[in-house]
Amino acid sequence: MTDRLPSGTRDFLPDEMRELRAVTDRVRAVFERAGYGEVYTPALEYETTFTRAHMDSGRPAYRVFDEHGNVLVLRSDMTVPIARLVSTRYHDVEPPLRFCYFAHAYRGVRPQRGQSREFLQAGIELIGAESPQGTAEVLTILCDALDAAGLKTYRVGLGDAALYPNLLDRLHVEGPDRRERILTELADGDFVGLQREVTALGLSPDDAALLLTVPQTRGGPEVLHALEGPLEHAATGMRAVHAELAPNVANRIIFDLGLVRGLGYYTGAVFQVYDPAYGVPIGIGGRYDDLLGQFGRPLPAVGFSLNVERLHIALTSEERGRPT
Amino acid sequence: MNPPLRIAVPRGALFNQTLDLLDRLGITTQDVRTNDRKLLFDEAGIITMRPSDVPTYVEAGAADLGITGKDVLLEQSERDLYELVDLGYGECTMVLATVAGADPAAEALRRLGVMRIATKYPRIATRHFLETGRQAEIVEVKGSVELAPLAGLAEGIVDLTASGTTLKENGLVVREEIVRSTARLIANPVSHKLKAGAIDALLERLDEV
Repeated sequence: MTDRLPSGTRDFLPDEMRELRAVTDRVRAVFERAGYGEVYTPALEYETTFTRAHMDSGRPAYRVFDEHGNVLVLRSDMTVPIARLVSTRYHDVEPPLRFCYFAHAYRGVRPQRGQSREFLQAGIELIGAESPQGTAEVLTILCDALDAAGLKTYRVGLGDAALYPNLLDRLHVEGPDRRERILTELADGDFVGLQREVTALGLSPDDAALLLTVPQTRGGPEVLHALEGPLEHAATGMRAVHAELAPNVANRIIFDLGLVRGLGYYTGAVFQVYDPAYGVPIGIGGRYDDLLGQFGRPLPAVGFSLNVERLHIALTSEERGRPT
Repeated sequence: MNPPLRIAVPRGALFNQTLDLLDRLGITTQDVRTNDRKLLFDEAGIITMRPSDVPTYVEAGAADLGITGKDVLLEQSERDLYELVDLGYGECTMVLATVAGADPAAEALRRLGVMRIATKYPRIATRHFLETGRQAEIVEVKGSVELAPLAGLAEGIVDLTASGTTLKENGLVVREEIVRSTARLIANPVSHKLKAGAIDALLERLDEV
């Protein structure tokens, strides 16, 4: 008789551990060299810590009670615990603060999909640094870390979480229901549904076309031209970040005006790491300028997290290439 | 050299119209048409499979683009995919059907509080009865679902119908229309970012034909 593991969890044996360790060692060296000190926080937090963060998705899925009846959760990311840490242990320290982490996070999974309930994240948080310099610093370290890990063909999609809501504001699309329906279609990647919802708004053909084409606009710096006029301001933010980047980092960037997904606490720049050898994103990041304020120390902040197992898969997929 | 995009093409009801469309887009399908057994056509950038497998291949990035019915996408709504275009063909409707005459499903609901519904689309069926506030026991079958109400397995069926011929031949009538379906062009989200040029060029040609 074999004792089973919960679905979405697994054991890691020496061959795999050795390879994962080699990846995290190289990434850690990059973080440390850039002045990001490693922190660790408990896997268990009070549930109230996570409710404070107002996450739309990626909320904690696992709850337990302690001996006093308090509800504890298994952390679903490291950004929220680090926001808590800053407000308690660094409340009188002059920013900017730089932290890195290598820690497991826990999420609910959809059944039968090979998703992990427990996954290792490697990431950094830069607290107290405004855009564009802070965002550019984090994007640079992201690329340095991926280079050090040995990933060759990766690209970083850069978008702005505020862009589409701002566009809806400018076109006077009001009412929480209509906006919610439009943003849901967008988050689901359903452009057919988006077209249906936008048509129902009865806007002028030009405005309707803008709502439909902007989220499908992605590519090099030339795509920012699509934002001239009504969204000049959003383009300014992304251009400013891009202007701060060294060529080796700037060349990795794909501007992605449809990048709206995230964890709800993102306020400005958002980014996602892709590799053509692997069909799913390897990492995610962005600015969360309002989150620290929820914990009593309002500071602008930006960070990213890499999914180490996915990074490992992408590295091995690059070696193999797509079978033809 | 292989083409820049790999497209998952559904065999079955959507097959011929999909190949016609690809021809108009300038993708050569001659090989695919004449070769029933082969599944992978590297020169054309086409892989063929049953329609319900298309989202699986596209989500994993084993194909960049795919064509499948909206019914399949609704049944697999948790998949992380972009739905790019309603291609318009392959029109059909998801319906609730029961045997003609007095509606046995309605009677079961009235007298027993629950109706038994056989279907190949358990998630669409479950959602429909939840949304309309009725208790239904969903019985999943893999083959000819029309048999279920005739043999007494269920009082009704939820199934896809294009012309209604199969329903009529089995003495079944449509009681409710649940959702209309057409063929959709879907994309892997990572391919959509990294192969933007090739995908947008294809979408432009699609607008023209």
